[in-house]
Amino acid sequence: MATQHSRSAARLMIAPAVTLLLGWMLIPLSMTLFFSFKKYLPMRGDSLENGLDWVGFENYARFVTSSSFWPAVQATLIIVGGVLVVTVILGVILALLLDQEMWGQGIVRILVIAPFFVMPTVSALLWKNMFMDPINGFFAHILKAVGLQPIAFLSQHSLGALVTIVSWQWLPFATLILLTATQSLDREQLEAAEMDGARWQSRFIYIMLPHLARAITVVILIQTIFLLGIFAEILVTTQGSFGTKTLTYLIFQRVLESQNVGLGSAGGVYAIILANIVAIFLMRIVGKNLDA
Amino acid sequence: MARAVTPRRKALNTVVAWVIGLIIFFPIMWIFILSFKTEGSAILPPLDVLRSSWTFENYGVVQDRSDYFKYFGNSVVLAFGSTLLGLIIAVPAAWAMAFVPSRRTKDILMWMLSTKMLPAVGVLYPIYLLFIKLGILDSRIGLTIVLMLINLPIIIWMLYTYFREIPGEILEAARMDGANLREEVLYVLTPMAIPGIASTVLLNVILAWNEAFWTLNLTAANAAPLTAFIASYSSPEGLFYAKLSAASVMAIAPILIMGWFSQKQLVRGLTFGAVK
Repeated sequence: MATQHSRSAARLMIAPAVTLLLGWMLIPLSMTLFFSFKKYLPMRGDSLENGLDWVGFENYARFVTSSSFWPAVQATLIIVGGVLVVTVILGVILALLLDQEMWGQGIVRILVIAPFFVMPTVSALLWKNMFMDPINGFFAHILKAVGLQPIAFLSQHSLGALVTIVSWQWLPFATLILLTATQSLDREQLEAAEMDGARWQSRFIYIMLPHLARAITVVILIQTIFLLGIFAEILVTTQGSFGTKTLTYLIFQRVLESQNVGLGSAGGVYAIILANIVAIFLMRIVGKNLDA
Repeated sequence: MARAVTPRRKALNTVVAWVIGLIIFFPIMWIFILSFKTEGSAILPPLDVLRSSWTFENYGVVQDRSDYFKYFGNSVVLAFGSTLLGLIIAVPAAWAMAFVPSRRTKDILMWMLSTKMLPAVGVLYPIYLLFIKLGILDSRIGLTIVLMLINLPIIIWMLYTYFREIPGEILEAARMDGANLREEVLYVLTPMAIPGIASTVLLNVILAWNEAFWTLNLTAANAAPLTAFIASYSSPEGLFYAKLSAASVMAIAPILIMGWFSQKQLVRGLTFGAVK
């Protein structure tokens, strides 16, 4: 039913979106790529107008050999990995629980997903001050009440504290998606298994988990992309100290705080490559679904 | 079809789920409580906090001391502005892809999605520099455009999935009944598309409201929205729990309420149709 006329009209309707996104992608990306091969220290007088010195791959080499690189990789892996483990495991448990029959299911669901709508700076500060503060925080009061020493969570257990905060923000997302997937499960299959005498462990392992596998993969991939970029949570809690400097935060510091744009841009290119590796897997799943 | 469960089992489910739900919600509940306490009592042990007297003064103080509603206004302008701007660009695109699909439609959609995967920090300096050169650093218009661009792929994707659910037969039926193109769009398509557009708006306002990378890095005094305002509480002097709580409650309440209405759309919008 699509005529030549409607085809060209369609192309015209898509054009603005494509042009904008193309510009949004290509212009900054090529600038980052350009800067990454240059010595560019704006605070020492380097500027685009006077021309920048070409330094080849020096920035790329310096970024990965600097003393902050491996700790940053480690912090990134612990935060991303920790949050993924916590949110996926608790998310599966919560999804299965919320799928059960109960009174007030709708309200419980609202309570569980609420943290997702709290802006990152609010959730980071509320945990930092009202809960994890070693003097006036909620946990400090509880520890003192039972006769224990209060803990300065964000300096002594900084990565654990950050994983807790970020997990709290992302658990609703994992739960909601896994719950959606759980609800599409074929009940009759479960009942048949139950009638055949399969215990809940085997029902979970052989029926539920395979059914949820795809949703779990999607949760892991989407969260990884967002978690690699967490920024505000670190900025308002530790500002990268106590071993919480992730790759994203390290690049931010190189680029805006110490204004070593060349070095930071090389880091940015690494980050883009890393994100693209994750994205390829996600896109494959999404693409398959688009055909169906 | 619901399985029959014993009342005991149902009661047990209820208790466990409510306890877990309340634990997860507790931090939000707690700042809500603290926001109605004096600074002096907000730092007391939890039971003493509950026993202390209640006050509304924090909400007034936050506005008086920090011009709270300027930041609130910026958040509203940025969130709704970027979403509406995004809609204007996305509706025709999603429409065309859903109703006049071509061989390349899928590739275009996938490519649009891939722009969403670009790590913001990788292009931080170029955007920062461009903003300075264009004189739009710390301006609402600059940030509105950036927020529109980062959410545009999600808007197009959501609209596309909604539009695709509108059956083409209905359009043909309307045409057979003698409707012209204008009537077809106005009386047949638009009413069917409105729920999808509304959900898209809802989710994207939430995402833009809470965005905290560009809003923190590209604003200072003028265009700063609530994300940046709250961040300024990270190194305050003196007592501030009650005021921080009041400011936080006001910052999250509107979005929390909108969020509860958009649960279903959240899954659709953030998984790009990969989970149904």
